[in-house]
Amino acid sequence: MITNVTLSLAWRNLWRHPRRTWLTVGAMVFSNILLVFLISLQFGMYRVMYENSLRLFTGHLQVQAVGYIDEPRMRLTIPDAAGLAARLRDAMPGNDVAARGLAFALASSADRSYGVQIVGVQPEHEPRVSSLPGLVKRGRFLDNAGMQEAVIGSVLARNLRVDLGHELTLFGTGRDGSFAAGIVHIVGILDSGSAEIDRSFVQISLADFQDIFAMQGHGHSVVLMTSDLFNLKAATAKVEAIIESGESVVHDWNALLPGLKQSVQADMVSAWFMYAVLIVLVAFSVLNTQLMSVLDRTREFGVVMALGLSPARLGRLVLLETAMMAGLGLLLGVAVGSGVVLYFYHYGLTFPGLEAMTAQFNLPGRLYPSASFASLMLGPTVVFLACLAAAIYPAAKLLRMEPVAAMRAV
Amino acid sequence: MSTVCCIDLCRFFVQGEQTVRALDHVNLEIDKREFVCLSGPSGSGKTTLLNAIGGLDKPTSGEVWVAGQRIDGLDKADLANMRLHHIGFVFQAYNLIPVLTARENVEFVMQVQGVTASERRDRSMALLKEVGLEDMEERRPAQLSGGQQQRVAVARAIVSNPAMVLADEPTANLDSVSAEHLMGLFVNLNEKHQTTFIISTHDQRVMSYARRLIGMVDGRIVTDEIR
Repeated sequence: MITNVTLSLAWRNLWRHPRRTWLTVGAMVFSNILLVFLISLQFGMYRVMYENSLRLFTGHLQVQAVGYIDEPRMRLTIPDAAGLAARLRDAMPGNDVAARGLAFALASSADRSYGVQIVGVQPEHEPRVSSLPGLVKRGRFLDNAGMQEAVIGSVLARNLRVDLGHELTLFGTGRDGSFAAGIVHIVGILDSGSAEIDRSFVQISLADFQDIFAMQGHGHSVVLMTSDLFNLKAATAKVEAIIESGESVVHDWNALLPGLKQSVQADMVSAWFMYAVLIVLVAFSVLNTQLMSVLDRTREFGVVMALGLSPARLGRLVLLETAMMAGLGLLLGVAVGSGVVLYFYHYGLTFPGLEAMTAQFNLPGRLYPSASFASLMLGPTVVFLACLAAAIYPAAKLLRMEPVAAMRAV
Repeated sequence: MSTVCCIDLCRFFVQGEQTVRALDHVNLEIDKREFVCLSGPSGSGKTTLLNAIGGLDKPTSGEVWVAGQRIDGLDKADLANMRLHHIGFVFQAYNLIPVLTARENVEFVMQVQGVTASERRDRSMALLKEVGLEDMEERRPAQLSGGQQQRVAVARAIVSNPAMVLADEPTANLDSVSAEHLMGLFVNLNEKHQTTFIISTHDQRVMSYARRLIGMVDGRIVTDEIR
């Protein structure tokens, strides 16, 4: 039990050597500010990474035919995909929805042929669920459904030796197994920065897609972008209630793009290694301070043990002193760190070259930290616990202390 | 029932290849309210005997009984608890806690015992007044003279009404006036509070106050004189 006398003693002991205490607390405050800022920035960057990766093409949720996620076959379709997208838009205002069709085909220009992925999109809705329309660097995105237009990747254009206004012939297999063929005119060339997309993507309108591939109104997916990608349960439940079909299912981004979370987690591991080094340094500083402090007070500890304080209670005193220092470091570190985070949360962080670099990929030119309870408290809490752990050894030394020997200490 | 009883008490220290017999088969019984002085030259075993009686040091062999309880086999926590409730200590070097005021030093043992704040304050103020420090209760040890610090230490030792007070060379760092005053205080407290006092000293002035004078040489009791 920690009583008033222990609290009072612990607090006063801290200020016997104010410079030593402030140096130790200062190290904690500095590391806490650094951790609060870096973790918040890291979380903010991850959020941007998730958003940008998912906004590129995948979306937050997708309705697909059962089994399509494992084996994307042409026949695994959603009936009246555009109608379903319209129903979802009506039922879930605030969410962006678009239907798509996907097929593999051979694209031929006058000179060459390449295997490509044909994506049928709803030109009026696709820009709300995907950033690809914004990455058209030459020409324009599709704007007239049914006019046999196409947007293709920049690498594919180079490989096929085609440019804006050229014709492209598409050959493939229709949904019913029939031979599918169509001619489209290139109206835009996109440069996404993703080799896979730039090398193989051909976007046409969903109406053209359904016509060329004999889809009979079917599509392969309905893509949703919600307001919060980390809170998809409610949106998923709502979509499931609307589709009411045993032939279609809803997948969230984690199932659609499992590698994304894994790559973020891998990045987190390396970041946490760096943070761990910082935390260990602070913990050693606390260990040093508390060992010195125990050594300084050996005689005094002997006296209070003689007066009737048990060694266990003395150990708690040392832990309490550390907890007070770490608590002070936590409060000051979180307060100042939160101020720094809030500043950059509003004004963003940039450095020379960042805006030019991110603009190429249709990304924002400023980095914004994420200000959440977890981002603000996670690092300082670990520092607090590490400091307490560091004080265990000095506290444990007291358990072995003999009052007579301690009182003889100089 | 005696307050302290030592039976065939031995405490040996090994120093290099030599065994030092700090206590060599000591038998001793001290009754309640006694005012005892342990005298003898340096190294005679006075402090070792006080430490054994106070549960600060474990004897090599023999038995130590305090207030009817055998203490030589108790663990650290039980010994601390026994000291907290039955024994007051006065040390040669005062040994006050530097970060606490005079009043807080006196209250310290009571706080550890769990006595309420108002009672602690009343008792500590009364005792500080009794030892002549009524206006100095908020001073830190560094702001007090040696004699004043020792009086705070005495107040701390008896404030929780222990069965006995063990004082190890309490006048060694005091001038003669302060030493006389301190001994007068001990005698007064012994009579007023009926507390047993066991004082180790080689100061003749201190011995003159003793009603029982135990002489020690080489870890043995060689004289035991009731006055």
